[in-house]
Amino acid sequence: MNGMTIIVKTITDFVAAFIVVFGAYIVLYGHLTPGGGFAGGVIIACAFILLMLAHGRDVAFARLPEKAAHIMDSSGALAFLLIGWVGVTGGFFFLNVFGRGDMFRLLSSGMILPLNIAIAFKVGSSLFLVFAALAMFRRRSFRAMIEEELS
Amino acid sequence: MENIAPQLYTLLVFMVIGSIVAVETKNLLSAVISVSAVGFALSVAFLFMGAPDIAITQLVVEVLVLIILIRGTILLDNTAVETHRDTLAVVASLIFFGLLLGFGAMIFGSKGFPEFGEPLMRVSRVYVQTGLPATHAANIVTSVILDFRAYDTLGEVTVLFTSVIGALALLRKDGKVREEEVASV
Repeated sequence: MNGMTIIVKTITDFVAAFIVVFGAYIVLYGHLTPGGGFAGGVIIACAFILLMLAHGRDVAFARLPEKAAHIMDSSGALAFLLIGWVGVTGGFFFLNVFGRGDMFRLLSSGMILPLNIAIAFKVGSSLFLVFAALAMFRRRSFRAMIEEELS
Repeated sequence: MENIAPQLYTLLVFMVIGSIVAVETKNLLSAVISVSAVGFALSVAFLFMGAPDIAITQLVVEVLVLIILIRGTILLDNTAVETHRDTLAVVASLIFFGLLLGFGAMIFGSKGFPEFGEPLMRVSRVYVQTGLPATHAANIVTSVILDFRAYDTLGEVTVLFTSVIGALALLRKDGKVREEEVASV
């Protein structure tokens, strides 16, 4: 799998970074404007999937190695749980013990911003991993695989 | 809020037609594209109803699912589907559809549907009224899913984590052992 034509590759190089920036904006401003960790994470994953579709697997894995995606996937889920446990210091699981800050500022609303970032890491890297696993799975034809299994 | 019923009904008819095409078509690729058309129409419907959060998520997930499904479909050797319909399944779905209509008539028949934007549940009124002062998050949706109901979101994250681990375990290449190798060990 060597990717698509040079036109697609060039446009992808231009666009991919902007997609990541837009996804980061959706994540970081999730408590102020529409969006949030899930949508932003999927957008960031889409940028890397675009790279994988246009350039092939090796280029995408050079930008985001599989190991790093695994680590981000697990640590995102763990970070979500840990932020929930921080609330226990105030009395309840997931209690919003961080300072709530001024309304309509970026650094406001306590634990919502870190939770959004944790979800974004988790969702983005895990969807990228699923797509990578499917791409590896599809490298051989499905029928050849089944025949190999049967023989 | 202006009257958005005509737009919503147009989208609804489009979605119904798309769903029927997706179920009835013989070509797998056409079915995938029809399902995606329904999803995109749903995201436009969410925009009309004033729910940009859900519209963004729906749109983005729809794009990703479309890419994955088309990649999965065009690499198959045989994309035509043989549908042989099970009578029992048809009867069961008709019965469930009738039950759905019946219970809907029981619940909404006497009182009519609630007004648009007037939630049935009392708990959501509290969220809408105290969302901004209690959490200082301008986006009410985020304040509900990550503050009032963060515990639910933890469950959602766990489901996603488990499903990704399952998918990777099933599709991985490293560490797979053939049956005869297991027998020889």
